[in-house]
Amino acid sequence: MTETSATARDAAPPRPLWQVLLIRPEMMTLILLLVGIFAGSQLSEFFLDTDYILKSFTLSAEFAMVALVLTLVIIAGEIDLSPAANMALSACLFAWVQAAGVPLPLAVLVGLGAGLAMGALNGALVIGLQIPSIIVTIGTLILYRGLAQIIAGDKSIRVPESFVGINDVMVAGIPLPVILFCLLALVLGLLLGTTIFGRQIYLVGTNEVAARHAGVRSARIRMILFLMMGLVSAVAGLMTASRLGSVRYDLGLGGELQMVLMAMLGGTYIFGGRGTILGTFLAAWLLVIVTTGMIVANVLPAWQLCVLGLLLIVSIIATNLIYSRTQR
Amino acid sequence: MDSGSNPVLLSARGIAKQFAGVEVLSDVSLDLRRGEIHALLGENGAGKSTFAKIIAGVHRPTRGTLVLNGQEVDIANPIVAQRLGITLIHQEPISFPDLSVAENLVLGRDAGAPLARVPWARMLAEARATMGLLGVSIDVTRPMRGLSIADQQMVEIARALASDSRLILMDEPTAPLTPKEVATLFTIARRLRDEGRTVIFISHRLEEVRALCDRVTIFRDGRKVATEPTAALADADIIRLMIGRPLKEYLHKTKTQVGDVALKVTGLTRPGLFRDISFQVRRGEVVGLAGLVGAGRTDVAQAIFGIAPAEQGSIEVAGRPVRIPDPAAAIALGLAFVPEDRAQAGIFRSLPVDQNITAAVPRRIAPVLFIRRAVERALAVEAVKRLRIRLATLRQPIGELSGGNQQKAILSRWLLTDPQVLILDEPTRGIDIGVKAEFYDRIGELAADGRAILLISSELPELLALCDRILVMSEGRLTAELPRAQATQEAIMQAAVPRLQGVAA
Repeated sequence: MTETSATARDAAPPRPLWQVLLIRPEMMTLILLLVGIFAGSQLSEFFLDTDYILKSFTLSAEFAMVALVLTLVIIAGEIDLSPAANMALSACLFAWVQAAGVPLPLAVLVGLGAGLAMGALNGALVIGLQIPSIIVTIGTLILYRGLAQIIAGDKSIRVPESFVGINDVMVAGIPLPVILFCLLALVLGLLLGTTIFGRQIYLVGTNEVAARHAGVRSARIRMILFLMMGLVSAVAGLMTASRLGSVRYDLGLGGELQMVLMAMLGGTYIFGGRGTILGTFLAAWLLVIVTTGMIVANVLPAWQLCVLGLLLIVSIIATNLIYSRTQR
Repeated sequence: MDSGSNPVLLSARGIAKQFAGVEVLSDVSLDLRRGEIHALLGENGAGKSTFAKIIAGVHRPTRGTLVLNGQEVDIANPIVAQRLGITLIHQEPISFPDLSVAENLVLGRDAGAPLARVPWARMLAEARATMGLLGVSIDVTRPMRGLSIADQQMVEIARALASDSRLILMDEPTAPLTPKEVATLFTIARRLRDEGRTVIFISHRLEEVRALCDRVTIFRDGRKVATEPTAALADADIIRLMIGRPLKEYLHKTKTQVGDVALKVTGLTRPGLFRDISFQVRRGEVVGLAGLVGAGRTDVAQAIFGIAPAEQGSIEVAGRPVRIPDPAAAIALGLAFVPEDRAQAGIFRSLPVDQNITAAVPRRIAPVLFIRRAVERALAVEAVKRLRIRLATLRQPIGELSGGNQQKAILSRWLLTDPQVLILDEPTRGIDIGVKAEFYDRIGELAADGRAILLISSELPELLALCDRILVMSEGRLTAELPRAQATQEAIMQAAVPRLQGVAA
């Protein structure tokens, strides 16, 4: 490589190490996470209670799992805003059919199948009819939520005792939802980072036309992603049902924003092509740490929202600034 | 032709321009006189367009000054340029396609207060008067969309007139025009000159420069190498100055062994784009595809490669009839396609060079499930060495490389697929002369290797030098197939120009 490096008249100089590290999309998240932990421990001595943090995390583990898959979708240049509504509809369907006498395992399958079908509908509209995914999924977000309300009405549907309490199941002292989240992050991280499927997600998200020219079956990849999205939403919906013990049409209401927030806070570039699972993984913890920290420090809920909003804006400005600096 | 004594309108002193640390223009000093048509000549990437854009305020020079009428000026942006009476007429006219011709004519002029009423009647009257002055009849209330490129160009020129420009820059205005339209353009350019305005004319075509221009300035590798009266230079001198060595040396074709038919298309049709296209390419053969912009050459290539498949017709690869619904299928059959628009269809700008190079060979970098980085790196290193791609590191985003090196990376991506049929669409567009020569060598080698090559190019010398046969397209049809011995620039142009052209302009 000696002949190709230093002498090149038209080659940019190699970039310094600090830039290489900082340009990693999840770096800013890691820094914020460390700052958050430090600040939290200064604010209150109760903060560094691992059990409490893990318990808090189970409350957002469902959203966080969906956010992991959403990260792939966003990197591929698409978006899905319907998962929270999908969670509600698949959970409602599950609760409704089992209340009507369908055996529990079958009811679970109905719920998962419904989630998959919703993902398929999103995918078909985006890829088949070539409607921008933001429009499609805003539409289906309202549609799925509406259907959930039709099925469940305004009342709660109880789920059977045997299904309740996923958050109380402990594996080696860690709540099961947290374990599931970590496992999913590991699998998706490997998928995105080390397989051809993952590589092609980046190609499609960076330049869809060029990807197709290079033989990447972009439509298939994006369809698979929407299906994964539907499935993980249904899983998250059922987990929420299990945690709450009952299902209402407004389950997970507004959750899509938290999911997008996690992905973006993790350094995922909203227009596609950039982002990592590690980033979203860290961002999910960051959100829990910051929220928990603020609760133990007695910050008013209204202020907590402001802090979260500012956090997102600051991290995006920082990432973009570093990115554009290094792209010259 | 007595412009030699005319006063100087604009004087460029030591103009230099760098893009991302790369010097594309070095210390150009040039006087432009009133009432002259001044040609800027040079190969692609020689710096002539950059120079024109600096004068028009599109780019700002890194060093150097511009002096207009004896006063130093800072042309910070195109609006300033317009105010100073400088207008750039773009290669592909930029306009607002849904606005009317008249509206496009007054664009960029001071329109009065933001909420002032639009003086429609006066605008239309002025627009008609201006078009009349040019001697063209275009309905000024029609939207720009749907006008021919020639007419759109006329509107741009009219805009220059309407804003009373003193200096009009035309960047390859004749490329998309028919001869009749070119004649109209020349008449207008001469009239502008006779009114005492200055016209800068950028073209690749020597004969046009000879017919029109009073003086020429020749650029090479970002430097001005000569400014002379046109009459003082012979064609051979101009070419020598442009490319820095005699033409013969620069273009050569190695004889290769021609084998079996590798690609055969029969009756390919896609309504509105191309009709009834039939040809074949043999192994070891370089077949050129010539034609004007918009003749349908790229559409045919895209149809063969499965990007926008043809509606009728058949394709045979290596003697077997095949169906190619998408590029993945084409690649599996041993086809490769280097697209014309590198930024849009070729590179993944923000991704590292190595990932760009291996994008089309997933099976080679991940034999089982996981990507093997060492294999990927080795393939990329090998490609970088083989095509002499200049870069800092393989991990750097490909967008940081120069155009020529990006193009080499795209070519190496396709060479990794070991293609039997290679379709190259304007592979040397926008890359500098040295890299171009490397490309020509490479194309010759690939053919000698027994691959079939379909070369789409608008540069006739390139086609003449490299191809065994040249197909010519015009308005979506094949109009000629010229064996090497019969192929001349004239023969190609004759077949490329539409026969049943209506009255131009």
